[in-house]
Amino acid sequence: MENPDNKTQVVLLACGSFNPITNMHLRLFELAKDYLHETGKYNVIKGIISPVGDAYKKKSLISANHRVTMAKLATESSDWVQVDDWESSQNEWLETLKVLRYHHQKLASSNPANSLQNAVPLIKPGRKRKQEANRYIPVKKNQLNPETKGVPQLKLLCGADMLESFGIPNLWKLEDITEIVANHGLVCITRAGNNAQKFIYESDTLWQHKNNIHLVEEWITNDISSTKIRRALRRGQSVRYLVPDAVRAYIEKHNLYSPESEDRNAEVILAPLQKYARGCKQEQTL
Amino acid sequence: MMKSRIPLVLLACGSFNPITNMHMRLFELARDHLHQTGRYRVIEGIISPVSDNYGKKGLVSARHRIAMAQLALETSDWIRVDPWESEQEKWTETIKVLRHHYNESLRSLQFRKELMRNNWPTERATEDFLSSLDPVSPELKLLCGADILKTFSTPNLWKEEHIKEIVEKFGLVCISRSGSDPVQYISESELLTRFQHNIHLVTERIQNEISSTHIRHALCKGLSVKYLIPDSVISYIKHYNIYTEESEREK
Repeated sequence: MENPDNKTQVVLLACGSFNPITNMHLRLFELAKDYLHETGKYNVIKGIISPVGDAYKKKSLISANHRVTMAKLATESSDWVQVDDWESSQNEWLETLKVLRYHHQKLASSNPANSLQNAVPLIKPGRKRKQEANRYIPVKKNQLNPETKGVPQLKLLCGADMLESFGIPNLWKLEDITEIVANHGLVCITRAGNNAQKFIYESDTLWQHKNNIHLVEEWITNDISSTKIRRALRRGQSVRYLVPDAVRAYIEKHNLYSPESEDRNAEVILAPLQKYARGCKQEQTL
Repeated sequence: MMKSRIPLVLLACGSFNPITNMHMRLFELARDHLHQTGRYRVIEGIISPVSDNYGKKGLVSARHRIAMAQLALETSDWIRVDPWESEQEKWTETIKVLRHHYNESLRSLQFRKELMRNNWPTERATEDFLSSLDPVSPELKLLCGADILKTFSTPNLWKEEHIKEIVEKFGLVCISRSGSDPVQYISESELLTRFQHNIHLVTERIQNEISSTHIRHALCKGLSVKYLIPDSVISYIKHYNIYTEESEREK
C-alpha cells in the first residue's frame, strides 16, 4: 500500500474568463488530477476555479457575478473542485501571479504546522482590498522545500493556449512567468500533436524550469471552447451536454449571451495590454 | 409556423456500451440542423441499443446498457431509449429496426386520432384540433456518424437492397467532423448519389471524440470519466461494477 503521507499535496488553480464555464474546463481538472496521481508523487487535494474580474475588459466578457454563479452551479456535483470569487471581486485586474500568491498564502496560513514560521497575515481589517491584492509578498523558494511539506503546493492549471500566450508581447511580464514556473509550477493539458514541448524548448525561462511544468496529454479531443458555446447560443443552437445542465438553464433564464453581450468591451484594450504597453516594455523574449 | 413542417423521428442504432455525452450531442446537432432547414419539425429521438447476441467483444448486457441510457436521458424532453431491438432473440438488421419503429409511429398516430374522436365525437373544436394534429405521418430517419457511409461499401457488411431501402424510404442524417469529406463517399456510390436528397449531412463544429471504447478503457484504468458521461451513469457503473478487465475480454 502506498502511503499518501509521503506524497506531496497539490492544489490546482485555474484562472480564466469562464465565459461561460464548459465541460472542457471541468475536464482539465479531472485530467490533471489523474495524471498527478499516476506519477505516484502527488496527492491532489483541491481544485480552485478563479474567474477573472470585469476589469479584465475582455471582449464579450459578461459580468463576473453571472460567471461566478455559473461556475458554482457547474461544480456543485464535484467533491474537490471549488469556485473562489476573490479575484473577480477585486476592483482592478490582477496578474495571475498575484492570484497565485494570494491562494498560496491562504493555504500556508490555514496550515497549522506552518502557520508560525511561514504564514503571512492575510487580511488586515480595515484595509482596502485593492491594496491587499497588490501587496508584494513573494513566495520564497524555501517554502516549497521538504521541511515545509505540510503546505500543499499550489500549481497553475491551464490549457496549451495559455502556455502559448506567454509568447504574446505585453500580455505577461517575464518576471511573473519566471516566478510562476520557478515557485509554483504549471500543469498544462495539451493535445496530441501539440507543440507545447517545442514551445518550452524554445523559451530559456520555461526550459530552465521544465521539471516544474507538467504536460498532460488529453486522450479525448475536447474542443468545447467558451467562444463556440457563445456562438451556438447566439444562433439558437443547442449547447446541451457541452455545459452542465444547471449552467444551460441559468443562461436561458437570464438570457446571458446575445449579439449585444458579444460586443461588450469591443472598443476597449485588454487590461494587461493597457498596463504593460504603457511602460513600453519590449524585452518580452522569454 | 412549425405546424406546416414535416414531423420527423430520429432513430440511432448502436451498442451504447456505455452511452456517452457524444451520443446525445448527435441528436442535438441533428435536430438543430433539421429545424434550420425550415422543412422539418423533429418530434422524437429514439436510441435503440443492439441486443446481446450481436456478439461484439466487451458488450455488457442489454439490461445494463438500457438502464444507463435511461438514466442519461432523464434530463431530455425529446430523446428516449427503446428496448425493442435489444429484446429480439437474434441480432436484428438496422432496416428491420427502422421498419418496426415506422410501423409503431403510424400505429400510435392512429391510436391518438381514434382516442380523440371517441372522447369528443361531435365538437367542432375537436375536428379542428385533429386536423392540426400532425396531418402527415412522421418521417423516420436514421441518425448516424458519417463513417457509416464508408461502411456501406465494405463487402458483406450491408445488403444492397437494405441500403437502398434506408436511403429511399427513410433517409439518413449523418454527423461528420469538420475536415472529413462525406460528400466524397456519396459521390463514389451511384446508389447514394441517386438518393442524396434524402441524406442530410451535418457538420460538427465542436469536436467531440467521446467514444464508448475510450470510456471503457479509462474506467478499466481507474481514470476519471466525469463530464464525458452523465453523473448518474457513472454512479450506475460503479454500483454494478460493470466495466472491468474481465468484461472487456468477454465475447
